[in-house]
Amino acid sequence: MAEIRFSGFGGQGIIRCGLISGKALALYDNKHATMTQSFGPEARGSACSSQLVVSEDRVLYPYISIPEILISMSQEAYDKYEPELRDDGILIIDKDLVKAKPPRGKIKTYAIPSTRFAEELGNRIIANLVMLGFFSAITKIASPEAMKKALPGLVPGRFLELNIKAFDKGYEYGKEILKKEKKTKSKK
Amino acid sequence: MKKVKADPKGVLTGSHYLDGDYALAEGALAAGCRFFAGYPITPSTETAERFSERIPSVGGVFIQMEDELASISALIGAVWGGKKVMTVTSGPGFSLMMENIGLACMMETPLVIANVQRGGPSTGLPTLTGQQDMMQARWGSHGDYEIIALSPDSPQECFDLTIEAFNLSETFRVPTFVMTDECVGHMHEKVVIPPADKIELVERKWYKGPKDKYLPYKLDKDQIPFMIKAGDDYRFHTTGLTHDERGYPVINAECQDVCVRHLVDKITTNADKIIRTEEEEIDTAEIIVISYGITSRVTTKAVQQARKAGIKVGTIRLITVWPFPEKRIKELAKKVKAFVVPEINYGQIVLEVERCAGGQAPAILVPHCGGGVHDPDDIFSAIKEAAK
Repeated sequence: MAEIRFSGFGGQGIIRCGLISGKALALYDNKHATMTQSFGPEARGSACSSQLVVSEDRVLYPYISIPEILISMSQEAYDKYEPELRDDGILIIDKDLVKAKPPRGKIKTYAIPSTRFAEELGNRIIANLVMLGFFSAITKIASPEAMKKALPGLVPGRFLELNIKAFDKGYEYGKEILKKEKKTKSKK
Repeated sequence: MKKVKADPKGVLTGSHYLDGDYALAEGALAAGCRFFAGYPITPSTETAERFSERIPSVGGVFIQMEDELASISALIGAVWGGKKVMTVTSGPGFSLMMENIGLACMMETPLVIANVQRGGPSTGLPTLTGQQDMMQARWGSHGDYEIIALSPDSPQECFDLTIEAFNLSETFRVPTFVMTDECVGHMHEKVVIPPADKIELVERKWYKGPKDKYLPYKLDKDQIPFMIKAGDDYRFHTTGLTHDERGYPVINAECQDVCVRHLVDKITTNADKIIRTEEEEIDTAEIIVISYGITSRVTTKAVQQARKAGIKVGTIRLITVWPFPEKRIKELAKKVKAFVVPEINYGQIVLEVERCAGGQAPAILVPHCGGGVHDPDDIFSAIKEAAK
C-alpha cells in the first residue's frame, strides 16, 4: 500500500503524471491503483495535484490521507503539501524550482533538475516525464517497463519518442543517485 | 424479453484506465446507445465529452441541447424514433429534467439518465461529491410513478451498471437512473470491457402484428406493452395525459386508476427480479450497515475495524437503490439490533430503512453533508455506539 501525491503548478502535466503512473500500475504492474485529482477552481499557474493510492488489494478509501511519497515540481505546491508528508516518507523535487527546508523526521529527499533536463532534450513540456522516470527509479513502485507501456494514448503520438527519452533520462539519473547512495552507505 | 449480443462497433474491448464519467459513456455505447442529448454540467461533463468524441464513430448522434428539460424531450423523441438513448447531468440539471422525466414515465419511454451527484442544494458544490439526489431520483417529478435507480461504487461498475440500466429500462419501459457521484465520476481505475459477444442486451419489444391492430398501451402478458418506431406506418398516439390503451386521453378517475396502477405495479410486482444487493456476514450480524455507491467502499474499511474490535457486523450494499429492497429489510429488522446507514447527505435512504424496519430495529444515520467522503472512523464510531 502506498499513497502518492504528484504536485506542481497547473500546466506542468501533474495530472498526467498521476494518470500515467496509475495506468502503468493498474494495467501492467497488476496492482490496484486509484487516481483522484483536486477539482478546484485551480487554473494554469496555481498549485495543483493528483493523488494515487496503490495497493495489492482493492482500494477502499479513494483519497490519500498521509502520503509517504510527495513529488513537488513547484515551490507553491511544495509549501502546500510538504507538511502532510509522512515522517519517514520520500520527498522528490525539481531542484531548480523547489527550495526545500531542512528535512523533517526521517524524510528522504531526492532532487533532480527535471525542467532543465527537459529543456536540454528540446522541450520543457516533458519535464513531467523526466520526473516520472526519476520517480520510478527512486521509489521502484511502478516498473519502468509498465510506465513506458502506459504512455501511448496519454501523450501525443508524435511526441511519444521524445517522452520516452525524457523518461529514460530521469530514470538513469535516479539510478545513478541510488548507486552513489549505496556507495556512501557501504563506506560508512 | 429477447436477448441479443452487443454490437461490436460500440464495444471498446480491453483493459483501460478510465474515470467513472468515461466509463458511463463506454457502458452506454456497449449497450447500443446511439443517441445522446444533454447539457454539460460539472462533474458530469466528461461523460458528454466522451460521447461527443465517440458516438459519431459508431453511427450515433450527439446533440448539445439548450437545457436539461429539452435534453429529455430530445431523448423521448429519439426513443420513439427507435434509438436507445442516454443523457448525463448533476444536481441542478437533474432538477430541470424532472418535468419531462414524468412525461417519460407516463409515456413508458425507456431511457437512461446518469446523475454524477455533487453537493447541493442549488449550485452547491460543483466540483465536490454528494449523494443528495437519492430521494429526488425517486420522487422528483409530480404524480405517482416508479423508476429504477442503480448506484455504482467504481468506474468498473459505472460501465457494468450502465449496461444493466439499459437492459432494465428496455425490459420495463421506464426511465432508469445511474446514480453515481463526483468521487466515482472523477476517479480513475482499471475498467475491463469484455468482448461484445459476452455482453447480453435486452432487445426492445417490437410490435410485429397487423398494422391496423396496434395499440400502443395495450398490456402484454408481462404487463409491458409493445413498441413501434414512429414513422413506420403505424397509427400511433402518445401523451402525458392519462390515457387508454390506444394512447388517447381519457380524463376520468377510472382510466386514471388503471393507468397509474400500471405505472407503479409493473415495477413493484417485479421488484424481486430488479433488485440487486451484495450481502456480507448477515446471518451472524447484530448490526447491519447499509450503504451504496462510494460510501460502501469507505464503509468496508469501517466494518473491518469493527470486526477486529469483536463486533458482529454485516453489510448490505445497495446496487439497486430503487426499487428499495423493503422485503429484505423488513425480514432482517426482526433479527438485528440496529441498522447503521452512512450516506453523503443529511438523511435520505435511512428514512427508507427506518420505514421498512417499522420500529423493530433503529436505523442510525451517519450523515455527511457533501464535499467529501466519510472518515471511516465516523462510521466505526456509529457501529460501536449501535452495538452497545
